[in-house]
Amino acid sequence: MRGLRSFVARRLLLGVAQTVAVVLLVFALTEALPGDAAVALAGDQPDPARIAALREAMHLDRPAYERLAEWAAGLLHGDFGTSVTSGRPVSQYLADGFGPTLLLAALTVALLVPAGFGLGVLAARHEGRLVDRLISSVTLAVHAVPEFALAVLLVAVFALHLGWLPATAVGYGTDLLAHPAALLLPVLVLLARPVCSLARLVRAGMVDALAAPYAVHARRYGVGGARVRYAHALPNALAPAVQQLARTIDWLLSGVIVVEALFVIPGLGTVLLNAVAERDVPVVQGLAVVFGVLTVVLNLGADLVTHRLAPRAGVAA
Amino acid sequence: MNEETARHLASPAVPSFPGLRRRGFLAATGAASLGALALTGCGGPGSEDGTGKGDGRPRRGGRLRAAFAGGGASETLDPHLANLFADVARAKALFDKLADYGADLSAQPRLAEKWQANKALDRWQVTLRKATFHNGKPVTAQDVLYSYRRIADPKKGFRAKASLEPIDLDASRATGKRSLEFVLKRPTAEFPNILAAFGAYIVPEKATAFDEKPIGSGPFRFVSFAPGRSAVLRRYDDYWEGAPHLDEIEFVVANEESARVNALLGGQVEYAHELDPTTARAHEGKGQIEIVRLRNSAMQGFAMKTDRAPFDDKRVRQAFFLIADRKELVAGALSGAGEIGNDLFGKGYEYYADGLPQREQDLGRARALLKQAGAEKLKVTLDTSAVAAGFTEAASIFRDQAAKAGVTIDVRTGSKDTYWSDILDSGTLCCYRSGAMPIEAHLSQRLLTDSTTNATEWHHKDFDALYQQAQSTRDTKDRAAVYARMQRRLYTEGGFLIWGFADWILGTAREVRGVDRKAPANTLDWARFDKVWLA
Repeated sequence: MRGLRSFVARRLLLGVAQTVAVVLLVFALTEALPGDAAVALAGDQPDPARIAALREAMHLDRPAYERLAEWAAGLLHGDFGTSVTSGRPVSQYLADGFGPTLLLAALTVALLVPAGFGLGVLAARHEGRLVDRLISSVTLAVHAVPEFALAVLLVAVFALHLGWLPATAVGYGTDLLAHPAALLLPVLVLLARPVCSLARLVRAGMVDALAAPYAVHARRYGVGGARVRYAHALPNALAPAVQQLARTIDWLLSGVIVVEALFVIPGLGTVLLNAVAERDVPVVQGLAVVFGVLTVVLNLGADLVTHRLAPRAGVAA
Repeated sequence: MNEETARHLASPAVPSFPGLRRRGFLAATGAASLGALALTGCGGPGSEDGTGKGDGRPRRGGRLRAAFAGGGASETLDPHLANLFADVARAKALFDKLADYGADLSAQPRLAEKWQANKALDRWQVTLRKATFHNGKPVTAQDVLYSYRRIADPKKGFRAKASLEPIDLDASRATGKRSLEFVLKRPTAEFPNILAAFGAYIVPEKATAFDEKPIGSGPFRFVSFAPGRSAVLRRYDDYWEGAPHLDEIEFVVANEESARVNALLGGQVEYAHELDPTTARAHEGKGQIEIVRLRNSAMQGFAMKTDRAPFDDKRVRQAFFLIADRKELVAGALSGAGEIGNDLFGKGYEYYADGLPQREQDLGRARALLKQAGAEKLKVTLDTSAVAAGFTEAASIFRDQAAKAGVTIDVRTGSKDTYWSDILDSGTLCCYRSGAMPIEAHLSQRLLTDSTTNATEWHHKDFDALYQQAQSTRDTKDRAAVYARMQRRLYTEGGFLIWGFADWILGTAREVRGVDRKAPANTLDWARFDKVWLA
């Protein structure tokens, strides 16, 4: 157990370092983009005097390291700073956008786990037969369709042609739970690709595990088929799938950007896109911190679960 | 995600409809008093001037939801910060300006009932109409002065500051509760254009915060606002021009064009702003939704920097005018949703020089001009970006057209977030676009030696002098003659190659009535929801 604790501590320290590195990198990249918030705000009226006035009003005329230091100092007190574009606190941006994105991600993951694992196990059970071939080919096909195209297709069919579901979530604001019908298509789009990759991974792991000597041995001792499948083979098959799941959750973010734009769901993806276009550095920084921390925590969690499932697989810290 | 394309103020022009000629409007000659002018598109029975359908008698009530591309979580309701179409649509629902632009971009009185100039055109008396803010307080001269001084604050960088520059705000004063005297730094015959300037809204004195509970004098009052999502406004019953027909209007933000279309088709909104030509073609005349094309809209062109090689030689500029196949550019870059231009801004606007012959492609003559200028085998870099619809397409089409005249164009695609400031001073040739504004404003903001955004680097003392002469000319006819001279000069050897004017496309649900079909974006009757009703 002591080993596990020091492993977690090491990983957390590493995670903090990773998050700091991500934040610094994002800051450097945003600064390196051509133009700044004043130029972006001036838009199609880039009168140099006006840009200079905006720059001064936004305090962008101070050196970058000073702005970064001030922002970092604020962060230590839990203060994410204020948006240069609107002067509103960044924490409000995060709070407003977090709800819808979290809802989408949570729903997706909640459906992803049973669907992905179920399909994977089902295919592995019928390895080489029709069911397996069907699942394998359909998952491969769906995985090849980009989210954007899939979303457009689903809206055209289910919302506009059949009229079963709302086409977008326009006007529902953050109160999405009150309109479950509006969530169906976005979640379906988000779900489509990760389910395929997860199902294929589980299937491959299961096929390997069922053919492994210990599973054959257990069967020879007369242990029941279901028990071999779920108590002996599945945990070993799960290890790579769990790590893939953690990666999927990171990846959901990019899917979320597309889905939010197409279905007009004002979440973090939308906030990020706008903040980058407006060169609103504090908002981009705040998002980088949130995403960095989330990624570290999720991956650590995944590694711990993997460790529990297959201790001998060894987890590199 | 090139939805940002037209987030900034591209805006449509207006075709020249004979029915919309100015009605002997003598504002600038000092005898202006229009009182309650019957504006077009009033939607009442018999005034079908601007509305496309025989819309009949307006019905009161209902809620209209309008989808615009917006500015995300950084949006604000401060009307002086208005920058995008969505901002302007909300600002004009909540606030008023002293004047606003008619369909031909001439100034029409709004909160100002009348204006009158002295002989030298550098002092203007403005009388306000009786109007109230949403809190019941009357709109006074002090509110106007406060609003203009706030816009002109050098620390703020408000967009309208450049437009208000001719006014000496320290010397201007209130002469009564509803009358002011504006003192100008120089004669300004087009002073009413300043009152109508983009973003010059009147807010109550001392107002500084606008996101909590903004108070204006516009047709709708504030209910709620969630930046980047929605703004809900309710009818203001005491509006000076009469209460709107709608009970409520909700502005929702949807940055993707396909999302706006889908929301409209799915019955989630009743009005969708800024649709693609392909969308319009797919749904026009199908009866599911109404497509409104505001013809002759955003000016589209190329800007040549006239102060550097190769465009410092006017023969090279003239050759480029002749290289452009305008029909092909409109067909390709605008998907046919627009019409060809004649290298002049403001087709259909007041003072537009429409007597000049339409330019056609003439590659032989273009080659000859280039040869005279010693610019055979010319190589030029053309800057473009996905900042506006049709830019990147226009660049590649023009590249192919130029190749036929022996000119090699290298297309360089830049960042859309900073495009306008990137092309202001650097490069030699770039894609350019402009929204609706009076021709005078186009001249003063872009073509004078001290203009703030002179993208063609057009610096000519004699041209500046002509502008000043126009601004010192009382008589409209004489002034039009000076503008015609300036435009002839630009047509002959200017730096703007203006190849087209794009349609501005809106979609509405079938039950929506009273949407004006002729008003360019940013003019009075565009996005004017107090005249709209639901049948």
